[in-house]
Order: sequence, then structure tokens, then C-alpha cells
Amino acid sequence: MTKTPTNWTGRDDAKVEHMIRRGASRRDLLKMLMASGIGAAAGGSLLLKAGAAVAATPVSGGSIKAAGWSSSTADTLDPAKASLSTDYVRICSFYNRLTVLDETGGIQMELAESVSTDDAQTWEIKLKSGVTFHDGKTLSAEDVVFSLSRHLDEATGSKVNAIAQQMSEISKVDDLTVKIVLSAPNADLPTILALHHFMIIAAGTTDFSTANGTGPFICEVFEPGVRSIATKNPNYFKAEGPYLDSVEFFAISDNSARVNALLSGDIQIAANVNPRSMRMLEGQSAIKTSVTTAGNYTDLNIRLDMEPGSKAEFIEGMKSLVNRELIQKSVLRGMAEIGNDQPVSPANRYYNTELKARAFDPEKAKHHFEKAGVLGAEIPMVCSDAAASSVDIATVMQQSGSEIGMNLKVDRVPADGYWSNYWLKAPIHFGHINPRPTPDILFSLLYGSDAKWNESHYASDKFDSMMIEARGELDEAKRKEMYWTMQEMISNEAGTIIPAYFSNIDGLASNVQGIKSNPLGGLMGFNFAEHVWLDS
Amino acid sequence: MRHKHKPWFLVSQRLGIAFLTLIIVSFAVFFATELLPGDVAEVLLGQAATPEAVAALRESMGLDTPALGRFIGWLLGLAQGDLGTSYVNNMTVAELISGRLSNSLKLAGIVTLVSVPIALTLGIGAAMWQGSLFDRGISILTISVISVPEFMVATLSVLIFAVWLGWLPALSFGADTSSFLEMLRAYAMPVITLSFVVSAQMIRMTRAAVIETINTPYVEMALLKGALRSRMVISHALPNALGPIANAVALSLSYLVGGVIIVETIFNYPGVAKLMVDAVATRDLPLIQSCAMIFCVSYLSLITLADMIAILSNPRLR
Repeated sequence: MTKTPTNWTGRDDAKVEHMIRRGASRRDLLKMLMASGIGAAAGGSLLLKAGAAVAATPVSGGSIKAAGWSSSTADTLDPAKASLSTDYVRICSFYNRLTVLDETGGIQMELAESVSTDDAQTWEIKLKSGVTFHDGKTLSAEDVVFSLSRHLDEATGSKVNAIAQQMSEISKVDDLTVKIVLSAPNADLPTILALHHFMIIAAGTTDFSTANGTGPFICEVFEPGVRSIATKNPNYFKAEGPYLDSVEFFAISDNSARVNALLSGDIQIAANVNPRSMRMLEGQSAIKTSVTTAGNYTDLNIRLDMEPGSKAEFIEGMKSLVNRELIQKSVLRGMAEIGNDQPVSPANRYYNTELKARAFDPEKAKHHFEKAGVLGAEIPMVCSDAAASSVDIATVMQQSGSEIGMNLKVDRVPADGYWSNYWLKAPIHFGHINPRPTPDILFSLLYGSDAKWNESHYASDKFDSMMIEARGELDEAKRKEMYWTMQEMISNEAGTIIPAYFSNIDGLASNVQGIKSNPLGGLMGFNFAEHVWLDS
Repeated sequence: MRHKHKPWFLVSQRLGIAFLTLIIVSFAVFFATELLPGDVAEVLLGQAATPEAVAALRESMGLDTPALGRFIGWLLGLAQGDLGTSYVNNMTVAELISGRLSNSLKLAGIVTLVSVPIALTLGIGAAMWQGSLFDRGISILTISVISVPEFMVATLSVLIFAVWLGWLPALSFGADTSSFLEMLRAYAMPVITLSFVVSAQMIRMTRAAVIETINTPYVEMALLKGALRSRMVISHALPNALGPIANAVALSLSYLVGGVIIVETIFNYPGVAKLMVDAVATRDLPLIQSCAMIFCVSYLSLITLADMIAILSNPRLR
């Protein structure tokens, strides 16, 4: 008879489960448990528990209520305009994509039967036959051409206009075949098509007051800023799922109100629980948690084209002054993984496992600051509630700085208008970047010389040419090598300090099953509705 | 002759002023909205707002005409009973508001039904037995209720009644309201929270108004003539205190339509206060203006109603 250690909590269960799904072996896990003082015997029983949760078989039936954290009258069912988690959850329930990413970041076909290419530039997409929209219309190539082409029209207001621009030709070959020609080779197209915004809608759709998709659920009620009710699609094209009869989704913006609603049983899923509320959920037998490190992060951006970031020594000093462990442990309450100043998170299969995070070394930092001649001068860091946890991270930096005579100032500004007024503009400021599925999207969005969101104004010809080369490279091994080098370059040369990759915690009623972590974000990359089932 | 028309003249004057106030408020709201950084196209595109994308979206949404022109257009539409169309989701403002306004009015109505009788009874009672143990108890209670912020009352009641005891649902909207009992359960917590806040004010104002009239010579006269204390208060003092009491009630109730954002957030109750906050966050001018007009109209009508009661209940004006 083995006993569960007394200080073992639901949060630890979730951690172990998360590691199993990320491919950790039994040996790795036991090592981790031993390190935290748990004997092998007790450890074994804990692993069994987590393993059982991973392997259970789904049952059909039941309804749930799930609450996200943000919702307003701007809620939309138009995939192109989707901007908040609430929109993502809804479009995932009502529509499908050509491809989807599974929990390891691998590409799975959804509406596409196959996505193929010889040169990474001209792509042929074969569609599954017999897929129908909720209004009975059959899915054809025209719908796909319409859905993809509309992102190119700026009047659509698409969030992925910049990414879609590389598709120079989108055309119908026959009823179930679409040809996409890219302006330059890009081996990542199948992953790009898995982005939420590239959901497939029926050709000619202009009214988004309801959703006509091919998805697992039919839109029963949609009131922007209030709620949506999704009911099971009886004609869903996949053999498995959905399991639930209906899902009501709305947002409770206040974290404690959301947690209370979960505790009282009024909702079964509370998305994005603040780590501060973990205490309330721990030890509750009716509640469990699901932890995902998808890779969103808050970073400190030092512009390389302005004082004081133009001094290389200053950047070096700042990188050594970040107390990453303190930030991970106290600011983010352990719900984070330590970052090494580059944007590809450990959840990504191209993550450079050999690139170590820089150690916290105030003396070394002081030495660099002295060389740069900035010791004693007041240096403001612009932070805001708009960039999650940035105020706390800035405070930690300020504290570390004051101990070596470095006068860093916490310059806190309002969240309203932060992204248009301070982000990318101030010499030293914080940013917040949401998870992106491929290194190429991250690099071309954030680090290419002409990148739109080049937070530190990093410019390197070598990096730019490697980026283009890697994009068209179909050989996985070569590609990985290039991405590893590029991560190293960013970590050493750019002015972006990425102290930690955030974990996302979702609170669940204990009878909610089937949630796995996903590299596209919490709540299974917002796609939980299709996969979740209720224990009878 | 002129004297006889005086109350009605005063009432119509009040209505005229109310109308003028509405116009002034809508201009003030317009200029305040214009001062906010960013517009609806920038907000919708968020981090993806490049200058070209913003310009294209503005054009497709019809936002490329000057803001003042759009505002005047909205005002003219309003004169014909058209609240306009939301910039953000192309739904008509009337459609967006109708459901949520009825939610807000329902909540406000229930709170009024619960709190006004209680507040008046307690307030008049406290005045009648001024200085008694009952009066002092009421005073301490109301002061403490006024001092506790409503998010505290709301959060604590959720914690106690929904999480620990499990008697009431934590969310009011979307809870099962099929039977009368279920509806009572769903509304219990928001109604109690709001009643706490509004009745404390009303009790204190009512007590003060009644005590003031009790101290006037004519009420003293009634007492000297041998009238019972209850008769003295109810038929001599109360009619004269009616004006100030009506004003206090109106002020407290006007808060219930637009000011209950905290209760709406904590109990996830979709009312107009949250709608207004959303509208401001997305810079959705027609929706902001329409909400502002609703708040203003409800405030003005309550206050005007209270003024009319004061005018009509005043024997010198009647």
C-alpha cells in the first residue's frame, strides 16, 4: 500500500500529467519526483494516477458551461477578425481548419485529405469528400478559396493579413482540390493553415451574426458580450466526437468571480486561472487543474537603435541582471518555465535544448554597466498591466539593480492605449507575445530586419538570409539545425530579454475529461469543446 | 389666475430643462470619447494595426468621414427614434441594448420593490423613536453598510452562500429560472447586495427629513393638541417630508441603472453598465452615446418625478 504524500496537490497531478504528455519517460518523472523529496514507491502510485487520466475512454452526453476571461460587444464569429480567447473557443466549435496541430505540435489533417508540395512553393490541397456545412451545403474547393482569399482584402480587417500575403495565388483545380502558390518557398504552410484565423467558412458568407461552418457544434445562440450556446452537430464528419450535447460559453472577467463560480459548481471549466488563486483550488476534490506551457511570454525590450540600448555592454549587463528563477518562482508562482531570451518555447519541437538561460550574476552585470558608463544614471523601464506581469518583473529588476548601484526606474503607464503608444516605441519597454506555432512565424514577425514587430530593432543580414533559407528547407534535420543557430543568435545579439515562458492554468470540474495541452494555447488551443467529455 | 397654473408651469419648466440637459450631456460624451486615444479600427486590429490595415478597415466601416459629422448624423437619427448601428459588430444599437436594458430594469425593479418599503419603514421608524435604542441601532447599521464597498459585500456573499454553503448559484444569468423559487435563488445575491447599498442611503435621508419636519412649530402644535405620536408623524410631518424623501429615493435608485458595474461583473449579469464599459473600450461611439442617453434619461426622469412629487405635495404650491 502506497500513500500519497501529504503535501501532494491537484496542481502536482497536473504537472505530472503535463510532463507525460510532453513525452517525459517514467524514468524522467521519477527523477523529478525524487528531486522534490518523494520516494519511488509513492512516486509510482502518483504516476499511475496521472497515466490513468491520460488513457481513459470517452463517453457521450451531458452539457457543460465554460467561462473564459474576456468578452465584449466586439466578440465575433468571423474567423478573420477573431482576437480574444473567447472568439477562438467559439470559432473552434463552429468551424474547421484544413489542418490542426496535436498536443506535440505535429500536423494532423482536418478538412484537408492531404497537403503536398515538391518545392515548398506550389502546394496542392486535397479536401475530404462528403463534409457538409451546418446548412446542408457540401464543402468544396470554392469555400476554401473564398475563406483564404478574404484575408488578402484589407477591408476584411483580418488579423493574419500579413501572414496571408505570401499566398500569391489561391485557386480551384477541381471540386476537391485547391492550389496555393506562395511568393517564396515556405515549408511551414501546413502549420500556418492550422492557425485559428484560417478556419473555413462557406463561400460568399458576409453575415457573421451566426456561424455556418462544418464544425462539431452548431451555433444555437450568439450574443456578443453575453454568451453563446453550441449544440452537437449530428452530421459531424469525424468518426469520433463531439461527446457533449451542448456547450454554453461566456466570459467572467474577474478572476475570483470565475474561480468562485467553478467552486460552487455553476461552471465546469474556468479558463486562465490566476496562479494566485491556486490555493483555493488545491485540496478541493471536485476540482482539478490543467497546465499548459504554450509559450506566451512577457519580454523586456531594449531598443538597439536608441540610447542606452545602443551600447552592447548595457544589453549584456541587463541580461545578467535578470533573476529568472525569482521571476519564475515568485512573480509567476512557479507556473512558468525559465526562458533563455529567444522566442521559441520548450513546447515547440524546434526548441534549442542546449541553449542555456543566462545565470543571474549581479557582479558581472555591474562590470558591464561600468564599462557602458551607465551606473548611477536614471534609466526608465516602461511597464503596464497591458503586458501581463510586466510591473512585477520590472520591480524585480529594479531591486536587483539597486543592489549594485544601478538606478532602474519602474515607469508604470495605463493599459489603455499601451500597444499603440509605448510598445515598440519607448527605448526600454515591456511587450507580451502570444504563442505562435512555428519558429518562422515568430522570427519573421519579431526578428527579421523588416519585421513589423521588431521589438528591439534587431537587424542582421545573416539572420535574414538564414530565415529565408530555413523557410524553404524541406529537410527536417537541416531545418532544425538552422533554427537552433537562429535561437542562439537572438539570445546573444537581440535586445529582447525573455525571462520565462508562461504556463496557463485552466480549472476544471473533476468529471471533465479529455483536456490535453496544446502548443496553440490553453483550453487545448481553445479547441476543448470537441474533445471534452463528462465522466458519468 | 397666473397663480393657479403655477405647479404645471413649474413641471413643464422642469421637463424643458431635462431635455436641454440631455443635449448637453450627449455633446460632453462625444468630446470625451474623442479625447480617448485610438479609434474603433485600431482597437479591432489590436497589435495587428498597421497604418494601411487601419485605413482600409476605417474606410470599409465608413469611419473615414469626420467624427463630428457622424455624431450629428447620429443625433438626427435619434430625433427620428433610430439609435444607429454599432461600429463593432454591425448589429443595431437597439438590438444590442434591448435585451440588456430589460435585464437591468428587471434587477433595478426587484431591488426597488425590496429596498424602498424597507428603507422607508426603517427611516420613519427611526425618526419616530428618535434617540431610542432602535434608532441608534439603525444608525450604526446604516453607517457600517455605507462604509463597506459593494464588491466586498458581493464577493463575501458569493463565498459564503455559493461556495461554502452551496445554497445559491454564484452566477445570476444563465442560472435555472424556470420556477419562481429558482428565480428567487438566482436573484437573491445581487438583489441583497444592491439593496444593502441603496437602502442605507435612503434610510438616513428619510430619517433626517422626517426629524426636520417633526421639529417645526406646526407639528409641535399637533402634539400640544394631544395628537398621538404616530398620528403626528404620519399625517402631519410625513406629507411635508415627502419632497426630500422622494429626492433621496430617486437619487439612490438612479444609481441602479448605470452604476452597478461591480455587481454585473461579479454575478456575470449582462446589463447596460457592462455594455457601456465595453462600448468605451472599443470606442463604439453610437453605443456609448445610446448608453449615456439611457443613463441620463433614467436619472433625469427619476429626479424630475421626485421634483414633481415635491411640487405637488407642497400645499403652498398646490
